Amino acid sequence: MGQGILLSSEGTAVDFMIHGVFSYELFGQTLWITTSHVCILLVMLIIIGFCLFANRAMKKATEVPTGFQNVVELIVEMLDGMIGGVMGKYAVNFRNYIGTIFIFILISNISGLLGLRPPTADYGVTFALGIITFVLIHFNKFKHQKVMGVLKGYCDPWPIWAPINLIGDLAVPVSLSLRLFANILSGTAIMALIYALLNKFAYVWPAALHVYFDLFSGAIQTYVFCMLTMTYISDACNTEAG
Amino acid sequence: MEFNTNFILGCSAIGAGLAVIAGIGPGVGQGIAAGHAASAVGRNPGAKSDITSTMLLGQAVAETTGLYGLLIAILLLFVKPLV
Repeated sequence: MGQGILLSSEGTAVDFMIHGVFSYELFGQTLWITTSHVCILLVMLIIIGFCLFANRAMKKATEVPTGFQNVVELIVEMLDGMIGGVMGKYAVNFRNYIGTIFIFILISNISGLLGLRPPTADYGVTFALGIITFVLIHFNKFKHQKVMGVLKGYCDPWPIWAPINLIGDLAVPVSLSLRLFANILSGTAIMALIYALLNKFAYVWPAALHVYFDLFSGAIQTYVFCMLTMTYISDACNTEAG
Repeated sequence: MEFNTNFILGCSAIGAGLAVIAGIGPGVGQGIAAGHAASAVGRNPGAKSDITSTMLLGQAVAETTGLYGLLIAILLLFVKPLV
């Protein structure tokens, strides 16, 4: 208990599971504060610290950017370009949300490099993200297409197709969250296996695997999650297609 | 009929091995996507960045079925639902 935050590399025990740190009682249920909570808090600390620095840099911003202002502007412009390219005229309303989840998932995924267990390798975290996307999709669907448009969309191409369309809609958050979860979990599992089973030989060379599983795979999955979220939401906003 | 725990664990390991055969499908699918992307870049080198991002998105979606197999394998090996 408690020492499970770091990926343990001692002995031959394969250990990449979530550990409880301490438990408490609530309405007769025993609930656990797990290592995922601790890792999310650390990720949040990193992001908040970065935001404070960025805020201070932008307070005394100059016409010609220097130093840290360059970095902040680069990040914001990159996110803006990505979101504007996919969502077009709907981009204005969703920049905040997509930018937030992009930064959160990216830092979570590459937190494996810092020795943390990535919070996104916990299905509770990714399913929560999937649920938020699901709610956003359907809120915007009802807002832009109205009730008749949504009903017409379900009866496409024939009314008998409605149950299949409904299942297709319910599968969206599940597949979105499972994709992110399984990718990050597989990376975590493979790194834990290497450190546990090859612990006599695992010096320097696992760094290359870290670059692939944590940096490359993490960045790709972040991009894919945000891309699919944006595609689904702009699909829901599009009144002509419904 | 009672089975002992070791027998169930062994069968779970065999099942996990069979479950990751699901990796064949995404492998073929991602290969096809990469091949078509390569020929697209050959035809239109200017659109290389667009083609790469589309290819990566499609490959990540195609990967999902393989990951379901992996998930089953990990559940069988480490969560041990049948014991």
